[in-house]
Amino acid sequence: MASSARTKRVVIEPVTRVEGHGKVTILLDENDEVRQARLHIVEFRGFERFIQGRPFWELPVLVQRLCGICPVSHHLCAAKAVDGIIGVDTLTPTADKMRRLMHYGQIFQSHALHFFHLASPDLLFGFDAEPAKRNIIALAAENRDLARQGILMRRYGQEIIKATAGKKVHGTGAIPGGINKNLTLAERDALLPELDQMKAWAREAIDLARGYTEDHLDLVTDFASFDSNHLGLVTPAGGLELYDGDLRAIDADGAVIFDHVENDRYLEYLGEEVRSWSYMKFPFIRSIGPEEGWYRVGPLARVNLCDRIDTPEAEAARRDFKAMTGGRPNHDSMAYHWARMVETMHAIEMIERLLNDPDLQGTDLVVSGERRDEAVGIIEAPRGTLFHHYRVDENDQVTMANLIVSTTSNNEPMNRAVEAVARKYLNKREITEGLLNHVEVAIRAYDPCLSCATHALGQMPLRVDLLDHEERLISRVEREAG
Amino acid sequence: MSDPPRVLLIGYGNPGRGDDGLGPALARAIAGGAAAGVTVEFPYQLQVEDAQTVAAHDLVVFADADAAATASFTCRRLEPAGRPSWTTHALAPAAVLALARDVFGATPPAFLIGVRGYVFDDFGEELSSRAQENLAAAVAWLTPRLRDPRATLLDPLAASLTQG
Repeated sequence: MASSARTKRVVIEPVTRVEGHGKVTILLDENDEVRQARLHIVEFRGFERFIQGRPFWELPVLVQRLCGICPVSHHLCAAKAVDGIIGVDTLTPTADKMRRLMHYGQIFQSHALHFFHLASPDLLFGFDAEPAKRNIIALAAENRDLARQGILMRRYGQEIIKATAGKKVHGTGAIPGGINKNLTLAERDALLPELDQMKAWAREAIDLARGYTEDHLDLVTDFASFDSNHLGLVTPAGGLELYDGDLRAIDADGAVIFDHVENDRYLEYLGEEVRSWSYMKFPFIRSIGPEEGWYRVGPLARVNLCDRIDTPEAEAARRDFKAMTGGRPNHDSMAYHWARMVETMHAIEMIERLLNDPDLQGTDLVVSGERRDEAVGIIEAPRGTLFHHYRVDENDQVTMANLIVSTTSNNEPMNRAVEAVARKYLNKREITEGLLNHVEVAIRAYDPCLSCATHALGQMPLRVDLLDHEERLISRVEREAG
Repeated sequence: MSDPPRVLLIGYGNPGRGDDGLGPALARAIAGGAAAGVTVEFPYQLQVEDAQTVAAHDLVVFADADAAATASFTCRRLEPAGRPSWTTHALAPAAVLALARDVFGATPPAFLIGVRGYVFDDFGEELSSRAQENLAAAVAWLTPRLRDPRATLLDPLAASLTQG
């Protein structure tokens, strides 16, 4: 989509750790009003090519290189797809529950990290607080206990991952057709004592997120709020499902667009558009079309679209969340934070349930089936629905990989969120700290995956460039992350 | 005889992204010959819980790739500091130190080694040839210092660096 000759560009460039790997471009019209916002992330499709030609059984380990934050999601999603390649549709109870425990540990640690690292400084200090105060270091200085509990919740989730996957990062637990270990009684007993504390902290985090929303309702409903469709997995009964459900999509009013779509039929319902100005794909709901068929994924979408949650405290929290909008889907970007804490409670409740399940000490770990050439795995990663789709040849080598990460699905919603912020806070020809602050808040609500990010020193800035109508730089604000 | 100081070496980076893997490569190279009392870790990136680990040590050395250094590697003293972040996908070593101080009440002396890298745009586990040379220089410089961590504590790493 080309901009007109009279369109001015404002470039906001939250790069990954390599220059130019991601940026947000805000297009101005000839009256200096914001016309459109675009997010560019160029990394991901390179990885799809990278794994072509590799043996399929390597995939659950190989794909973890996509991310240092949620490698478990890629590990399990690839494992599910590889299960399909080797003809396995049902795992043993021990393998299924070990993978689920790993996944809930991942959800718990990732959500806790996001909430305490990124969200809570905004919630406690306000969007307009000086930059030195809007970070977890200031949080630790002012509220040591809150920062500490965030760190220890993250660590607890990591310990669960280590016990199930073998390592905290880039483990090898899930293998084609099952799992390579069970949970020993010693591992279980090491995790049980902290459960009640983790639940208590999850409860407090829900109260914090809910309280903030109730106390700042005008701000929350006015900040980067816009109607959208929502997509996610559900159980056969329509409940929240994070590991192995079927697809459901709802519209902005909550009406079902499609429901109980099996994983391997996702392409019948979802299309992927390629646009000339971005390497990133743009998924959309086929029945609606590319213009209006974009959708949100992640905690907000999942809590919006499920009919219930199968754990008591999370279900009570979901009902409170739904009551805020009278049962209609919530469309506030800031509501991601509250929804994320509802899921955090669900995760720790599921962890408790699984740790007390003797199936985790079972010894029947792997099954096999009849080889297939193609399979799809879908999982709900912390940031949203994750798709892994592979084809393999007779030599077991990957010939096609199609991966849709949550940030790809949330690309358009993030564009809209940044656009809404820019419309409100862009002050003509100057990039202000206020605009930068609010852009950061909007991006933080989604916390985009930076797939395959590199980590060299000093290369993770949020940069805001203002270009005039001839694309000359007239203003720049840059702030290093971390 | 008192216990040797507890030393932590964290080499972080993405080994699947060319020279971005310099931090983990340095940590792995050191790990083989690490002296008693030296703990070596090589994560993709730093995270908040690393603050608890840092707080349990007497000396901390971070190692990362550096895309802009003018020397083959550099070493500098780090002080606790924090700033806002727009992503959970990055946490600076100074921020980890600040969390160790504010949450866990410990401020071990800390240093950051930056090894110059050149190729960050490709997928692949190979370091570029120049990066390999820089890595070898950094390993040769750091290894003897970690073998004598008591002296290191008394004579901080950075003060003894002549850029390689």
